[in-house]
Amino acid sequence: MSIWLQILISLVQILFTASIILVTVAYLVYFERKISAWAQNRIGPNRVGPYGLLQPFADVLKLFFKEDIVPHAANKPIHTLAPILALVIALSTFAVIPIGPPIYIFDLKIPLVVADVNMGILYILALTSVGVYAITFSGWSSGSKYSLLGGIRSSAQMISYEISMGFSIAGVLIFSESLRPMEIVNSQAGFMWNAFVQPIGFITFVVAAFAETNRLPFDLPEAEPELVGGYHTEYSSMKFAAFFLAEYANMIIAAGLIVTLYLGGWQIPYIENLGLSYTLTTSLQILGFFVKMAAVLFFIIWVRWSLPRFRYDQLMNIGWKVMFPLSLLNLIWVAILVMLMN
Amino acid sequence: MSLNFILFLIFAFIAATSAVLMITRKSAIIAALFLILNFAALSGLYLTLNAQFIAVVQVIVYAGAIMVLFLFVIMLLRPSDEQSIFDDNPKLKWLATFVGVLVFAQILAIIFIGRPSDGLTPDLQRSIEVGTIEAIGRELYTTYLIPFQSAAFLLLAATIGALILAKKKLED
Repeated sequence: MSIWLQILISLVQILFTASIILVTVAYLVYFERKISAWAQNRIGPNRVGPYGLLQPFADVLKLFFKEDIVPHAANKPIHTLAPILALVIALSTFAVIPIGPPIYIFDLKIPLVVADVNMGILYILALTSVGVYAITFSGWSSGSKYSLLGGIRSSAQMISYEISMGFSIAGVLIFSESLRPMEIVNSQAGFMWNAFVQPIGFITFVVAAFAETNRLPFDLPEAEPELVGGYHTEYSSMKFAAFFLAEYANMIIAAGLIVTLYLGGWQIPYIENLGLSYTLTTSLQILGFFVKMAAVLFFIIWVRWSLPRFRYDQLMNIGWKVMFPLSLLNLIWVAILVMLMN
Repeated sequence: MSLNFILFLIFAFIAATSAVLMITRKSAIIAALFLILNFAALSGLYLTLNAQFIAVVQVIVYAGAIMVLFLFVIMLLRPSDEQSIFDDNPKLKWLATFVGVLVFAQILAIIFIGRPSDGLTPDLQRSIEVGTIEAIGRELYTTYLIPFQSAAFLLLAATIGALILAKKKLED
């Protein structure tokens, strides 16, 4: 395969993945508002288009035409850099999440993942650890007390929960014996989903994912009553929209990761025994991935509108004294399991 | 020119530029920002050398953990700028210049006299393949098990020590 063909395929994959994420983000916001409306016995957005389906586009246009305000005390280059960084990191994390088995077009094997690298999981951990900067810098560069406090709170929260996230992932890695997301999916054939094999790790990972994406009940960084918004208080117009996009893109990535690591990825148990044609099986598997992801996303939104926010000390206590030991316990459980199976 | 060489040029340019900019900036935060960029470029350089594990660990440990700590300290303590440090202690400038020249001379000596690439034996050639995670894991847990475990133990002791020191200050 020539290098140019490879570059072309990669470009198409990148374009495809990025557009999927952006469209999903737009409708995720819509569904978040609709589900919250159902949860609170309201109707929700229903004015723009049929059932309010064009609401996301109206929102984006509105944000485009707003005035871009940079506070006087702000450090302008960093103030501009922070939202870009947040969005870039959020969009590039999805590169290693496989959405389906490899497909064949004209004898050309095309993996349904932008980068099928053998250290995919480490790549995700590296990007999430760099993601802290977007929030820290936006908080610092705004030149406002609320922003700085929100930024520092958020960074402390993300660093604390990265630990239990890392240890939960280690359990998955021991089981699949690979850092390649494709092989992690392959190792969960049938009903050997990691969510069933290591339920404690599943729970700690999901909780850590909530904390990493700053979603309720861990949305301390944007606690409106105390911080007037948090790290993005001083942002407006498209810069605010970039943070907004990044937050929802992070939700999609968290859902994709939960599905890939714990819910069997694109696999549908025992579908190969049904004797369906190759094309049909592959399409069903890709559909399966998106259905699972949608279910996880619904769960994330559902939790937001059901649970109140934790206090800051409660958040730290849960992170260090409950989630961290639990993820260690999970690691021991997986190690014993692997030893017994061999 | 191969793709590898072009990538090397790009990353080397970013690394060198960001290193110079990091030293010449007055504001500590901006300097830290350029240091992070430098780490990212170095990680890219490691990737072109086929050392994937070190590349990712470079980002996770240096860019993701150590520099975050640095930034926290800079943001919360707001240190006075460089100029006032040198005004208080003028001899410090000469010491800094001396150390800088010494380190630069050492690097030059390694590049021009040592020529590390000359002695590339087949054994060293094979070590390029060591960069993958599987190879590193196997070596760490077989050949280098005892040094690895001692390092882990040292880190644990340091963590406990840091915790005790931090607690003491609160009680006083």
